[in-house]
Amino acid sequence: MPSGYIPILIFLAVAISFPVVAILAAKLIRPAAPSVIKLEAYECGIKAASDSRGRYTVRFYIIAILFVIFDVETIFLFPWAVRYRTLGWFGVAEVAVFLAILIVGYIWAYKKGALEWV
Amino acid sequence: MSQFYTSTDHFTIIPAVMLALFGCAILLFDFLVFPDPRQRKYLLIFVALAEGFTGYALYRQTEWLTANGQTSLTGFGGSVTVDGFGIFFNWIFVIAAMIVAVVSYKYLEISGEHHGEYYGLILFAQSGMYFLATGTDLITLFIGLELMALTFYVMVGFLRTDKRSNEAAIKYLLLGAFSSGFLVYGFSLMYGMAGSTKLAVVAEAIRQRPLWDPVVFLALATTSVGLLFKISAAPFHMWAPDAYEGAPTTVTAYLAVASKAASIAFLLRIFMGPFWSAKEVWEPILSVVAVLTMTVGNLAAINQTNIKRLLAYSSISHAGYMLLGLVAGNDTGINGIAVYVMVYTFMNLGAFLVVVALRRQNIIGEDLDDIAGLMSRSPGYAVLMLIFLLSLAGIPPTAGFLGKYYIFLSLIQTGHFTLAVIGTLYVAVAIYYYFKIVRSMFIRESTEKAPMATSAGLRLALGVSGVLTLAIGVYPEPFLRLAQTSLLR
Amino acid sequence: MHPITTVHYLALSAALLLIGTVGVLTRRNIVVILMSIELILNAVNINLIVFSRIWHNMDGQIFAIFVITDAVAEAAVGLGILIALFRNKETVLADEIDLLKW
Repeated sequence: MPSGYIPILIFLAVAISFPVVAILAAKLIRPAAPSVIKLEAYECGIKAASDSRGRYTVRFYIIAILFVIFDVETIFLFPWAVRYRTLGWFGVAEVAVFLAILIVGYIWAYKKGALEWV
Repeated sequence: MSQFYTSTDHFTIIPAVMLALFGCAILLFDFLVFPDPRQRKYLLIFVALAEGFTGYALYRQTEWLTANGQTSLTGFGGSVTVDGFGIFFNWIFVIAAMIVAVVSYKYLEISGEHHGEYYGLILFAQSGMYFLATGTDLITLFIGLELMALTFYVMVGFLRTDKRSNEAAIKYLLLGAFSSGFLVYGFSLMYGMAGSTKLAVVAEAIRQRPLWDPVVFLALATTSVGLLFKISAAPFHMWAPDAYEGAPTTVTAYLAVASKAASIAFLLRIFMGPFWSAKEVWEPILSVVAVLTMTVGNLAAINQTNIKRLLAYSSISHAGYMLLGLVAGNDTGINGIAVYVMVYTFMNLGAFLVVVALRRQNIIGEDLDDIAGLMSRSPGYAVLMLIFLLSLAGIPPTAGFLGKYYIFLSLIQTGHFTLAVIGTLYVAVAIYYYFKIVRSMFIRESTEKAPMATSAGLRLALGVSGVLTLAIGVYPEPFLRLAQTSLLR
Repeated sequence: MHPITTVHYLALSAALLLIGTVGVLTRRNIVVILMSIELILNAVNINLIVFSRIWHNMDGQIFAIFVITDAVAEAAVGLGILIALFRNKETVLADEIDLLKW
């Protein structure tokens, strides 16, 4: 076993034992008197409306798709940032073209109402 | 200009830049200048301009090559190579895109889905095809392929409220993404062997390895899955009938012609490039695939009652014939594929355009019953359809014969007699099912009297396809000379 | 104990490819199938990065960036089409999509 992994093992052991110990200790010390209201899911004091595993509205998917697309496009900026000085004005021009295409897509999505919450 | 970018670099990609630029312009103009749906037909002007500029750029590239006495011009450190092969295929894309754009207007309006984005998508797909035909770098080819494929997924599902269109799109997407995953896995292995993504370097690295090297074989196998899927060769053909049937017919025409031509160009770039030294390994595999493709395509077509589905199976079998040219692998075979693709473009476009013409208000017009009695209703369309079907079957005075002739000639030259015999036998099967359509048109009684809903663009496009299908068959010399240029690599 | 070598990375990538393939072929839910396709593309990315490290050049890493982008584009288009399909058919299960067949 390479010794480099021992700290990771110790860290894992501590991380796992901490919640186990805490929950066990609480169970031993606390008084047990459950009632219907106490067992209800706590939601900032208001009554729970429904199961949390229900269906999402489809709008979330569209927002998620748009987010992921624009999010991932930024990875193309990282190589440029790393080699900014070497690439010079050529890099700036390239990135400008890239962003211009993205902006066309953004304007299109905006005008089509993809960013509005219907 | 800098060390990363020269004027010849610019020259090698200008057609794709033009197409993308006009595609973006269409997206913006669609709602900024033409907010009224009835004005959308003016977007056709943008398509025409884009194709005009692309054609001019291709012409200038050809001129440059002849003026400098070179066979190819590379740009971006060898990522893009403009040569006779790439230019030839790009002319096919230009013609196909223009024809499809011209005929789409009426069809989409009847379907109630006439959006400006459609024309943008046509151009974006075409700029992907440009890189498939001219790319000589794994990354360039991959990006070209995905640009084409992704736009086609959207176009196949363009009839948003039609369940069949949705279904076709999701099936095409799932299988397409799956197969391109395999393809790019093969690409990663090729990069691993060579340490470079340039096709020439990869080819050299594969040549250095033993013939049955397992890594080469794994790369070959995974890459072939993606390539054969794209040209709809068996056993990876299952998406084609569904996608062809569910898609709007104009998109089906574009998918059957341009996408297949681009995929064939891509296949040739890979098999004639990196994998050429392993020909002994892939030749038997491709022979089996070609025979299987012709078998599946021809036999499954017999029982179809939907014309689009029938033509889809027929286009699968055509992919089998094109593969035979690669199996032969000599100059006649490769030239034969070029001739076949050119001929196939016009006859298949024509056949699908007749189906487009059958679409009317409340009539989908894709069934064999819908074409019944076409001769008595609109004899012009019936005769044109007859020409296209004769050509698809490969009967002499038409262009289709010429395509098959060169493929069979190359097979005989290289001693693949069995394959030539099998190919010829399947022509007989093909005649049988094409004549099911002919019989329906000429002998059966018309079931409905609604007039054809055509537009000037559709009539023009049909006329051009019909004339060219006949002209290539009757007077082939200039077209053969054109196809010869595809050998310049 | 041996250090982690190229073979380990390639085995991991092959395993991911296999898991992805099995996922695509056996799962019913289209969203899960799309996720399996992402696994295949991630297998490709691992390959590319490893080879890039062996050869000491950047081509593989650049390729990987493009593969990531492609994966996102595919997922976006796929979910878009899936939403259109769900609006019409009320299902995301692959075996209930059966209008088109021979």
